[in-house]
Amino acid sequence: MTATAPAAVSFRGVSRIFGDVRAVDRLDLDVAPGEFFAMLGPSGSGKTTCLRLIAGFEQPSAGEITIFGEPMAGVPAYRRPVNTVFQDYALFPHMNVLANICYGLAVRGMAREEREKLGREALALVKLAGMEARKPAQLSGGQRQRVALARALVVRPKVLLLDEPLGALDLKLREEMQGELKGLHRRLGLTFVFVTHDQGEALSMADRVAVFNQGRLVQVGAPDEIYERPETRFVADFVGGSNVIEPETVRSWVGSVRPASLRPEKIAVLADGAAAPGDAVVITGTVSEVLYHGATQRLDVATDAGRLVAAIPAGVDRIATGAAVRLTFARDALHLMDGP
Amino acid sequence: MTLAAASIGEPRDSWLRRFSDVLTARRGFFLLLLLVPPLLWLGVVYLGSLFALLAESFFSLDDFSGQVVRQPTLATYGQLLQPANFAVILRTTALAATVTLLSVLVAFPIAYYAARYARGRAKAAFYLAVMMPLWSSYLVKVYAWKLLLAKEGVIGWAMNAIGATPLLSTALATPVIGGPSLSTSYIGMVLVFMYLWIPYMILPVQAALERVPASLIEASGDLGANPGQTFRTVILPLALPGVVAGAIFTFSLTLGDYIVPEIVGPSSLILGQVVYVQQGTAGNIPLAAAFSVVPILVMGVLLTIAKRTGAFDAL
Repeated sequence: MTATAPAAVSFRGVSRIFGDVRAVDRLDLDVAPGEFFAMLGPSGSGKTTCLRLIAGFEQPSAGEITIFGEPMAGVPAYRRPVNTVFQDYALFPHMNVLANICYGLAVRGMAREEREKLGREALALVKLAGMEARKPAQLSGGQRQRVALARALVVRPKVLLLDEPLGALDLKLREEMQGELKGLHRRLGLTFVFVTHDQGEALSMADRVAVFNQGRLVQVGAPDEIYERPETRFVADFVGGSNVIEPETVRSWVGSVRPASLRPEKIAVLADGAAAPGDAVVITGTVSEVLYHGATQRLDVATDAGRLVAAIPAGVDRIATGAAVRLTFARDALHLMDGP
Repeated sequence: MTLAAASIGEPRDSWLRRFSDVLTARRGFFLLLLLVPPLLWLGVVYLGSLFALLAESFFSLDDFSGQVVRQPTLATYGQLLQPANFAVILRTTALAATVTLLSVLVAFPIAYYAARYARGRAKAAFYLAVMMPLWSSYLVKVYAWKLLLAKEGVIGWAMNAIGATPLLSTALATPVIGGPSLSTSYIGMVLVFMYLWIPYMILPVQAALERVPASLIEASGDLGANPGQTFRTVILPLALPGVVAGAIFTFSLTLGDYIVPEIVGPSSLILGQVVYVQQGTAGNIPLAAAFSVVPILVMGVLLTIAKRTGAFDAL
């Protein structure tokens, strides 16, 4: 971070303590301007508290938060240049769609005509033109989501915060909204910070992902970096359900005494009698469960190295539960991680 | 024994169970059983007696014989417009409006605290504090207030002790609402009414405020509204149905009461007392009935206005 281009959002040694729970524990993090940044973690990992700290709904117990270089200590939510799309949308039930969207402009004292013009533009931006007079109760979940988005965007925030924005939508709508959010981000050039517990969502949408666990930031990086090169057991397991190989086993395979992550899709099943390619690792085991996933099938295999999950193309071979299989993978598919 | 092998058997058959089957299959029969007793109570005992009373208002009293003339007429309603009677109506409506307005002002902060801040023990203490006055006798409370408000009462004594007697004297010297002492002035009467009805205002307002999601208040602030704007544009409109519900209680309870003005306040009568006197000592049931219609009409008008202004939009 240089003095000329401050980070969009910067956490410096930020902690938030509720009673004896450290919801956020000594966090250092920078979000670059214009970035689509995801905070990923299981519930209770501190990601939502981080978002609330940026929005100003919570104050840090220690440390400092700056937004585009401006210190936020003591700045109330209504004076911060950020806006939030709430998980439950938080639309005002007693106002119609247009009044909801224009609310942020109205409280700034903008004249009715001007604000309604901007409101209609925002409504068109989220493809809801014509819905002005509806009440939130008359909208579907996806439409409410769009109104919440338009309401936050119309006041031109420097940073848009999204709290599990797609959590309440069904799968089809979620995928559609993912694409639209990406498109909006590209067109508007704003900084988006979004919180999710869905690793697929984080990986597919974000420029960078921060993985949280128990109030700590465990890893931050580009989606492929997080996915391919997890630094800890937690990241390997939480992001995409990787196999974690114990250090002793890793030593027998590659000589290193560290835990390693092994992606399920890097494992193949050897046909009877076929030889393993090159110096690949071969391990035998018994299939304890087969889960059909359409394009792939996931095998749960009990081996000497522990339980291994393999994702193999579906329909090649029908593999039954209880079958003995030989699994193989290249040695460089093993990604060594930190920790014991 | 494993879960799969365990036999849990069929539920035992009994006549009660068969009766449940009938109720489940025939929803209409179930509703009938459910609603007949309360409808009988509400319809016959409650509304029936009310309409019987109202019907009396269309009869008149023969001034000469003191007998009720059972012939439909609007003459009794005409009597309501006589200056003395109309003054009673105005006085009572103004009193009820004052009590309601002041109750809102006192109840709202308490309800707001209870809905948004109180948790656990503090909340239990709140409910206890609000409900406890309702557990004791109404008459005892009113007489207690008469003593508190009397010239030699605790309030006068305390005012004297802190040197605020001039303040009290100024208040009592105010025309209309003042009087020789608190216990014989409208100030005292309003205080007692507020004390009696405030739980009926606090509870609905608190319930309405509790239903306002915290995220709406955060969203309002997030969009740039300062706390005052959030209060006016989000919290108040959403709490308004509760305020209106509470106002219906305090307003109608004050309109109909006749015991408090007997014990506390000036000697001029208010509506409840007039109804009491007319149907009792005066034996003029038609006029008493016509007076009883007034609160119903006033409430009807108020609710219509409330609806027009959108007080129920957030329901």
